[in-house]
Amino acid sequence: MSPTPVLTTLDPGVVAFLSAELASRMQFGWTISVHIIFASLSIGLAPFIVYFTWKDVRTNDERYARLRSFWVNVFAAGFVMGTVTGIPMSFQFGTNFPQFSEVAGELIGGPLAFEAKMAFFLEAVFLGVLLYGRDRVRDRTYVLSSVLVGVGAWLSGFWILVVNAWMQTPRGYEMVTRNGMEVAKLTDPFAAFLTPRMTWMYVHMMNASVISVALLVAGVSAYIIWKKPDTDAWNTALKLAVVLLVVSAPFQAIHGDAYGRHVEDTQPQKFAAMEAHYETGQADLHLLAFPKSASALTDPRAENLVTVSLPAVGSFLASGGDFDAEVIGLNEYEENPPVALVFWSFRFMVGLGFLFIGLALWGGYLTYRGRLSDSTRYLKAMIAASPLGYAALLTGWYVTEIGRQPWVIQGELKTSEAVSSTLTGTEATLTLVGFVVVYVGLVLTALYILKWLVREELQSLGVRESSDGRWHGPIPGVSDDD
Amino acid sequence: MTESLLPVDAYLVESLPEIWFGVVLFALGMYVVLDGFDFGIGMLYATRTDEHERETFLAGFGPVWDANEVWLVAFGTMLLAAFPRVYSRLLADNYLLAIGFVLALLFRGLGPELREQRDDEQWKRYADYAFIGGSVFAPLLLGMLAGRWLFDGATLPVVLTGVGLVAVSVVTGAAFLAAKTEPALAAELRTYGIGATVAYLGGVVVLLGTVVLTDAGGAADTILSGPVAAVVALSVAAGVGGSLLARRGQYRAWLVSALALPTLLTVLIALLLYPVIYPPTGLLVREAVVSPLALNLVTVLGFPVLLVVLWYFKFLYGVFSGPIEGEGYGG
Repeated sequence: MSPTPVLTTLDPGVVAFLSAELASRMQFGWTISVHIIFASLSIGLAPFIVYFTWKDVRTNDERYARLRSFWVNVFAAGFVMGTVTGIPMSFQFGTNFPQFSEVAGELIGGPLAFEAKMAFFLEAVFLGVLLYGRDRVRDRTYVLSSVLVGVGAWLSGFWILVVNAWMQTPRGYEMVTRNGMEVAKLTDPFAAFLTPRMTWMYVHMMNASVISVALLVAGVSAYIIWKKPDTDAWNTALKLAVVLLVVSAPFQAIHGDAYGRHVEDTQPQKFAAMEAHYETGQADLHLLAFPKSASALTDPRAENLVTVSLPAVGSFLASGGDFDAEVIGLNEYEENPPVALVFWSFRFMVGLGFLFIGLALWGGYLTYRGRLSDSTRYLKAMIAASPLGYAALLTGWYVTEIGRQPWVIQGELKTSEAVSSTLTGTEATLTLVGFVVVYVGLVLTALYILKWLVREELQSLGVRESSDGRWHGPIPGVSDDD
Repeated sequence: MTESLLPVDAYLVESLPEIWFGVVLFALGMYVVLDGFDFGIGMLYATRTDEHERETFLAGFGPVWDANEVWLVAFGTMLLAAFPRVYSRLLADNYLLAIGFVLALLFRGLGPELREQRDDEQWKRYADYAFIGGSVFAPLLLGMLAGRWLFDGATLPVVLTGVGLVAVSVVTGAAFLAAKTEPALAAELRTYGIGATVAYLGGVVVLLGTVVLTDAGGAADTILSGPVAAVVALSVAAGVGGSLLARRGQYRAWLVSALALPTLLTVLIALLLYPVIYPPTGLLVREAVVSPLALNLVTVLGFPVLLVVLWYFKFLYGVFSGPIEGEGYGG
């Protein structure tokens, strides 16, 4: 892939450290994967928080007070996790990728500073009020605080995606020499901030966050209903989540399809990697792909895949109507991204997307028939599906980020050129191990907190612990009394 | 289209790069002052064994720490936006310190959150270790990072800057809590606060003396100048005056003079730097700054927002002013 040696052996035969580049990339990839779960939790949960808070204050209905309190606690725990994992993200631009920060500083510094000032402060300050200020501020201020927290989360996503979209489709700049280095100089802020990719990414990511959280809310609601049927609050929450899914899941597929065409236009190499399309020419559309041999997992190609394909439809879709359109293949490029990761991540995400549509339609039908909370099978399916939104969201980002390799700024700066030249493999490996250990602990803690909140909720609903449990194992299908 | 709105080849005002140098250090100052007292609360927390007192400390810290911590992000991103090379070099040249600092912040933020999740002595003890350890190491490592920025590689000044930031955090933490708790507890906090004030002022004198003798980072001449002497004199006045006010039980007044200490420390950092912005390579503010259009843009879009942010803080601290009510961290 890259000519840099992957391993630098410090003491042959004793300890082998990763190269500074590989360790930095793994560290950034790992820390952003954990961070984005919490960041998108804030984004997706924001509309729920606003709705529950508003209904609670408006109606004084015990249902909404219960839901508000529960989900504000989840939001707060997620926000703390998002803060403590978010600060290392911006630091790593400097510690691990200083050449990137210096080359792109004029273009990415502004949006990142706006994110801090316009969004992060808003969210942090008014979350303080939302969590601790119920008795200290007027009702109207309290509801407004929930809205401002939500606006902060969505604005935060906006500015971060301005930066990422620019890295995918950079424009609005020219390269100049400053302090002996080639750096990007901002020439047109509108072009730089509102790149063609920006709108696609923002819509896709915000909707993905909503889907992920709707699945989480549905899963938690289903679990509580399963344990204690006929709880008004949680029936309401489940219905709300299903309604949101009915809208957002199909929309994501339609939008994603058009987004894919845009990627083919603007980043043909990434598109070719998504389809494992090597030879330039007419492209088939692989609806489904299965590995024929183990080699397909690491190196997917037409020869080792069993595909359900529509001949020439890849060309048709990519070009917007021409079956014979030429789709550029990976063989045209000197250096390619790891095709297998991009190809399989993409399929994983799309597959889950269709599963979500199925779950949404099933739930919609049950709601229409008024039997949503009565179908044990549906409750079980939703419990099992509760983490899958995040799986789709992460694999979608792997397509976007790994698919852009070898570039960190498409066509302008390679990732290998962005890594710190003063960083040693030893230091980078040391911190990578540190981040892996700490963040595994963090994720387990987050899951533990969620479990604890659910248990508290069940206790307050009068469900005695470990009694009359209909729930027996981690997977609903294996419970033995159905 | 942009040309008509913003000048492309000239800064909005001639001294805009210098103004940004000031604004970036202002954000650093806000962080050192505000999160500083959070760190102080975390360290003083270690001196409490009574559950009720610990809960009171956490209740004082809970509503504000997260917002305070955002000033660090504001500082970092504004430094990146205006002086990208300084951001890159500062963090890349001090890799392990910088990563250590963010991990310390992580443990500090997570500790109180974890503590609430389980009623179990062992569990709470570990959560407290995370909170206290993070609160000690975050200012220590941040101070050392600032020391590396100012004095390059010299070991003693770097360590002293770290210790100084720890001490001043204890002062502000003690004063903040004293102003918000009952008299008996406040009197105990006062003892720690005055001790830390003495340690801090002594540390600053030793630090500056060492730098003058060794000329670390070429800062000796600046230290012997009038403005630095004035800042040191004001710090001594604030420290001594604050301690006297604390003795007399005037805790709110003590808080004001205690908060002057980290503020003056930031002014000192600015004086030691300017007109250089990165002493290890001698890079000047004017050399490191981004092009006019980029700086004009972040000024026009960013400054009004910064004013709004200051209003948020006024609002937040207004809502949670007065004695600490209730106990514990959770909502």
